[in-house]
Amino acid sequence: MIEIFSLEFMRNAFMAGIMLSPVLAVVSFFVVLRRLSFVGVGVAHSAFGGIALGFLLGISPTLTAIVFAIAVSNAIGYIGRHGKLSADTAIGIFFAFAMALGVVFIGMSDQYNVDLFGYLFGNILAITSNDLIIIALLGGFVLISIFLLFKELLFVSFDKEVALVSGMPVAFLDHFFLTILAMSVVISMKIIGIILVSALLVIPGAAASQITDRYIPMIAIAIAVALISTVGGLLFSYYADLASGATIVILSSIIFFILFIAGRFRR
Amino acid sequence: MKEHGADIGNKKAVYAELQDVWVGYYNKWVLKSIYLKCYQGEIFGIVGPNGGGKSTLLKVILGLVRPQKGVVKLFGHRPDKHTRLEVGYLPQISKADRSFPVTALDVVLMGLYNRIGFFKRPGSKSREIAMEMLARINMAEHAEKPFGLLSGGQQQRVHIARALASKPKLLVLDEPSTGVDSVAQEDFYELLAKFRDEMNISVIMVSHDIGVITAHADRIACLNLEIHYHGEPDSCFEPEIMQKVYGKNLNIMVHDSRCATCSLKKHEHND
Repeated sequence: MIEIFSLEFMRNAFMAGIMLSPVLAVVSFFVVLRRLSFVGVGVAHSAFGGIALGFLLGISPTLTAIVFAIAVSNAIGYIGRHGKLSADTAIGIFFAFAMALGVVFIGMSDQYNVDLFGYLFGNILAITSNDLIIIALLGGFVLISIFLLFKELLFVSFDKEVALVSGMPVAFLDHFFLTILAMSVVISMKIIGIILVSALLVIPGAAASQITDRYIPMIAIAIAVALISTVGGLLFSYYADLASGATIVILSSIIFFILFIAGRFRR
Repeated sequence: MKEHGADIGNKKAVYAELQDVWVGYYNKWVLKSIYLKCYQGEIFGIVGPNGGGKSTLLKVILGLVRPQKGVVKLFGHRPDKHTRLEVGYLPQISKADRSFPVTALDVVLMGLYNRIGFFKRPGSKSREIAMEMLARINMAEHAEKPFGLLSGGQQQRVHIARALASKPKLLVLDEPSTGVDSVAQEDFYELLAKFRDEMNISVIMVSHDIGVITAHADRIACLNLEIHYHGEPDSCFEPEIMQKVYGKNLNIMVHDSRCATCSLKKHEHND
């Protein structure tokens, strides 16, 4: 048990997982309440275009992925609000467009030994101390801003129209939430991967909602689910020699099913 | 320029006023030249068929839709941030958000968020006001119950407590009879009249259910793209007005001896 922590990459992975768990859990709480699961999937996939752009320009893929994901998530929100399309359709378009751009960018770049697989499905060996700083800063920003705007975000999730009539800045809150959703996706990509992170944008909140109907316990349970999934998933993947991101997602899915069954017996 | 409806005297303040309001979507008018006046202390009912522009009219009054033409005034001013604080809104009760993780008390507290301000949590003072509102709707013992587990009628009362918690002057209701059984409806309209009298507020409600509107509103407007009638409930039943508002499908809307289709076939109704 001690040897695992003597490895620097495992220490980094655990620290990243522990910092990301509350961020993903709280974001997933709102994703579930606002039924934005598919937005999460779309934004996560579109980050791929940003990563590829980073490689093409020879700058930090994390930086370009953040810019890209924020732009796409806000574009989805804007079209859902103003266009004649549903947000659902907008996601379908942007998702494919950003992925295709990513493939083209990778083809254009002269870097051939790019670890794309690591970005898509997670690679804990790639987590550097710089990544930890970025996770701490952006994750901290996401958590603090949700804490400060919690009641407004809750109200908008409960009933958008009523919130608007009550003078809540609904458009600002929508775009703000899409922005922090995009940030959460990008800071999770090395440990879980952009394909798999959408699972953790849904499962903690969905699992918690099965066994409680109060929001404070729901958030606490969501955080616990995310922590058990990431820490447990990292441990298990290390000893069983499995892919860490996939193990984390499988473990969180198993927890969801257990709580789903527990929820059916509750009433 | 024509002014619809009877003026009930100049003593009472006009809380909501629409003058020659036109709204259209995609080259089609949804509201045509709407004139409307709602006074302090009255329940104003707007009745009309689905698709007749009722929800658009509500959105205009709430400031969510800006008319292409015409003037909207709330409490004598153009709708803005300040008038918004004076308006409470009750949405249609929907079964969609049954699992939303809030209690009845949490929902009433939402009505106070705009007074509490950003970055702050509801304090003991807010909870006191919210509990008092719950007591006034006889829901104090359900304060900690999950909102989604309440009946449609209870949810509606909680919404009214939420909408009135910030002490608005005007309450706007969208289809208040939807999703609520008839016993709960009676309680609800009784409660509405009580709040109208105690707080001296105005209530504007829209519904396709003409029976409910005529039974509970002080004055009504019949709306189908245009306003065909604006005045006391009883005289809304003029056959030609009913025909204009509801068209040929009137018989499925109303079953009343005074309704247009029935008066056209008098032999079917003797009472």
